[in-house]
Amino acid sequence: MTAVQAVALVVVAFLGTVVTLARDPARQALCSSVFGMSLAILFFVFQAPDVALSQIVVGAVALPAMILLALSRISRREEARKRGR
Amino acid sequence: MSRRTRGIVFGAGALGLAALLLWGFGGLPSFGDFQGRYGELLAKSAVPERHATETVAVTTFDYRGFDTLGEEFILFAAAVGVLVLLRIQRGADEIPAEAGKRRPTAHSPALRSVAIAFAGPALVLGLYVVAHGHLTPGGGFQGGVILMTAFLLVYLAGAHLREGGIRPIVAMEVAEATGAAGFTLIGVGGMLLAGAFLENFIGLGTVGSLLSGGDIPLLNVTVGVEVMGALLVVLGELLDQRMLTRGGDS
Repeated sequence: MTAVQAVALVVVAFLGTVVTLARDPARQALCSSVFGMSLAILFFVFQAPDVALSQIVVGAVALPAMILLALSRISRREEARKRGR
Repeated sequence: MSRRTRGIVFGAGALGLAALLLWGFGGLPSFGDFQGRYGELLAKSAVPERHATETVAVTTFDYRGFDTLGEEFILFAAAVGVLVLLRIQRGADEIPAEAGKRRPTAHSPALRSVAIAFAGPALVLGLYVVAHGHLTPGGGFQGGVILMTAFLLVYLAGAHLREGGIRPIVAMEVAEATGAAGFTLIGVGGMLLAGAFLENFIGLGTVGSLLSGGDIPLLNVTVGVEVMGALLVVLGELLDQRMLTRGGDS
């Protein structure tokens, strides 16, 4: 195992812990995006560029975007319901 | 259950799990010791047999192409399911016009300029990744998501996606369906022209050129179109379709 691979593993472990410790859902979605990026780097240094690309587009872009959109939609509905009362 | 008991139960569970993990790790092959025979076989046979340099693409679109067809339809069904749920939900509690009229796009000029500046490069990168899926890492799936982000950036910049009276959300639904149908039709083409479902029926071309690998690049394009369409219809619905139909009202 090279030093780069060891560092990537440690960074992934650290950022994974950060994601679980973030309590606010919106903040957690952003943390998970950074975590997804670190996971992509991990795959890349372990010589799996294909999986790394999928990880970037899904883990770092698509999934956090979907979570954030769903969160904003929920809060918008809550607002609308409050106003309707 | 008191805090103390919970701690004891958790401690016992964590210790047990740690012991099991340590035991399991002890039996693993040493680091970097690759045992997979199929991997070596595929790496050797992909280029001579299919004239495509990306072994992963050759595996997913050719050697186990039928599997990929199933995955394609999982995505298709998932997108349609989410769409139906979101539309039922929207019908059930109508969002007041006042809340619906609020512009979701950024007012910050800096954010808008950055978004619009990245849209073009993202589009080109997406097309590149789709087109070179049989040569370098990438392919329809990854490229499709990048193409989706290009359209999302246009939305973030607040620009209109309305072109010549066609409602883009309809165009995206058509793209999703066309992608899924295209994959199946290429498979049927193999059945009719080469004797088996998804069997290659196009000339293999020169190794390393853009037009090589038989029908693998075509399958990549269909997957790219489908992934982009599926993600965009779901995003469009999440954004209340304003992303794609905000014609003159705002």
